[in-house]
Amino acid sequence: MAGSLLFSQFMGGFTTAMFLFLIASGLSLVFGVMRVINFAHGSFYMLGAYLAWQGMTWFQPLFGSFWLAALFAASGVALLGAVVERLFFRSLYGREELYQLLFTYALVLILGDAAKFLWGTNQLTVSTPPALSGGIQMFGTTQPLYNLFVMAVGPAIAFFGWLVLNRTGVGRMVRAAQMDREMLDALGANVGTIYTGMFVFSAFLAGLSGALVTPIQSIVPGMDVLIIVQAFIVVVIGGMGSFWGTFWGAVIYGQVLSFGILVFPSFSLFSVFALMAVILIVRPWGLFGRPLL
Amino acid sequence: MTAQRIPWTLIVFLVAATVPWLGSRYDTFLAEQVAIDALFAVSLNLLLGTTGLVSFGHVAYFGVGAYVCGILMKTYNLPFIVAFPAAGIGAAIFALISGYFCVRLIKLYFAMLTLAFSQIVWAIVYKWNDVTGGDQGLPEIPFPNLDWMSSIPGLGDLRTSDQFYLLALAVIAICLAIMHRIIRSPFGRVLTTIRDNPERAAFIGINVRAYQLAAFVVAGGFAGFAGALYGIFSRGVFADYVFWSKSAEVIIMAILGGMDFFWGPPVGALALVWLNQQVTDLTQYWPFVLGTILLILLFGFPGGIVGGLHALWMKKRGAARA
Repeated sequence: MAGSLLFSQFMGGFTTAMFLFLIASGLSLVFGVMRVINFAHGSFYMLGAYLAWQGMTWFQPLFGSFWLAALFAASGVALLGAVVERLFFRSLYGREELYQLLFTYALVLILGDAAKFLWGTNQLTVSTPPALSGGIQMFGTTQPLYNLFVMAVGPAIAFFGWLVLNRTGVGRMVRAAQMDREMLDALGANVGTIYTGMFVFSAFLAGLSGALVTPIQSIVPGMDVLIIVQAFIVVVIGGMGSFWGTFWGAVIYGQVLSFGILVFPSFSLFSVFALMAVILIVRPWGLFGRPLL
Repeated sequence: MTAQRIPWTLIVFLVAATVPWLGSRYDTFLAEQVAIDALFAVSLNLLLGTTGLVSFGHVAYFGVGAYVCGILMKTYNLPFIVAFPAAGIGAAIFALISGYFCVRLIKLYFAMLTLAFSQIVWAIVYKWNDVTGGDQGLPEIPFPNLDWMSSIPGLGDLRTSDQFYLLALAVIAICLAIMHRIIRSPFGRVLTTIRDNPERAAFIGINVRAYQLAAFVVAGGFAGFAGALYGIFSRGVFADYVFWSKSAEVIIMAILGGMDFFWGPPVGALALVWLNQQVTDLTQYWPFVLGTILLILLFGFPGGIVGGLHALWMKKRGAARA
């Protein structure tokens, strides 16, 4: 009895963690390379969810419509990311952090209202893809198949990201841009393209995670500002700019929240923010990151 | 430089004090909103514009002030004269504790830690039902006892809410005057030096962290005063007041008005409250409008309203001389 309760808390925490990892990894990449905290990352996530719903209504009769809709949502958000980076963000790179932060906050305001305008304020839901709608018996609990799928996707993307960053030429460029932008520029690499690429990829991940969350959570206005704070916590715990750090940060966050609810029900929210503050105080670069500057 | 000798605080106070007689009840409501926002935004600007610290959690101190004052007045029935100073002191103490850690970090990490502390405050007030009312908040905070004001000739027939408006206005004017003095003082000059070049400030023997912490505490205390007034003004304190997006709003006020000028943030508060009132009459999409204004500001007028006017004025004067 107690064992199955612990197991289901663990699994719940792990599902939360993998979603947060998907969202936070994009945030962490953009921070690592561009030194920008992108508040609009949560808005990209929200748009991914809405676009997935939109895609579902359009592609409904087709086979595998959910996956098509998810791809459509992620690509749509990536396209928006490209437009935002090329038109606006580019001109803010040399400016103070305050202006960059406020710019991304302006996007939060604009995109939040745009979503309300386009899709209304009612809750929208997307049904689980038929292939993953069942559940599996594990240790006396029923685990939804879809959650298990998400638990597999998270590590897969983490591994893929690590592979690209550490074992390919593109990854080497990105790491170089992280360390010394001017030097890379002077060596003749096209830093602008790397930045655009990173921003677009990060938006793609946000859109994808927004789409993947729709079978579990209903789509509501305001999901953008709620998620972004959680993604911040994950990135701070793991270390801003560190890929595996973000992964473990998400795992820690998910478990603290999940078991925090068991131990002190009303202070689990407090405990995750306190964890964020303590890490910033003790190790500002996170558990797995490296000191900057 | 003659502009400095004009007692702007006094003039603005006297003009604003006529609102209950000349305007409607709604005008007084708006004026009070502007005045409280102005105090809050000026306290933030002590960090943002004067010291160069980007705090993304200033609303925490506003919230602590609002809750301390609200709890003391509602739960413990203490008079305003006790609760109000306690709110500022409580917020300043919390600023001292959190600021001690925040000033050890630089730039984005500073912003993140201030955000974390403000979310800690939010999480506490949201869940601590016995003391803060949790997600229900603390409704029906009483007005202070204003009988003494009724005995002043000419003020006796005003509504209690109008009398509180005058009291709040006077308190805010005093707070603004004190902050103006602080910024013009040698202490304020040191803060500006730190903003412009922290390394050099350290080289000439300034204890940068200590000064930043002092600015943080002062700013937090005045934000607490603003919060205390706001709780009484809006007849209740709710957890929403402390959510992180409110910190962004007050930063927008400071930038919109112009953070390089003392009177920038109050102008920003006035502009924002006025615009909000105009826009919400027409459409429900106020955040969209606010976001667009912010984009125009960032890309077109980074100096804000006062900064833009100042540049225009300097140009005109330069043209007149030539």
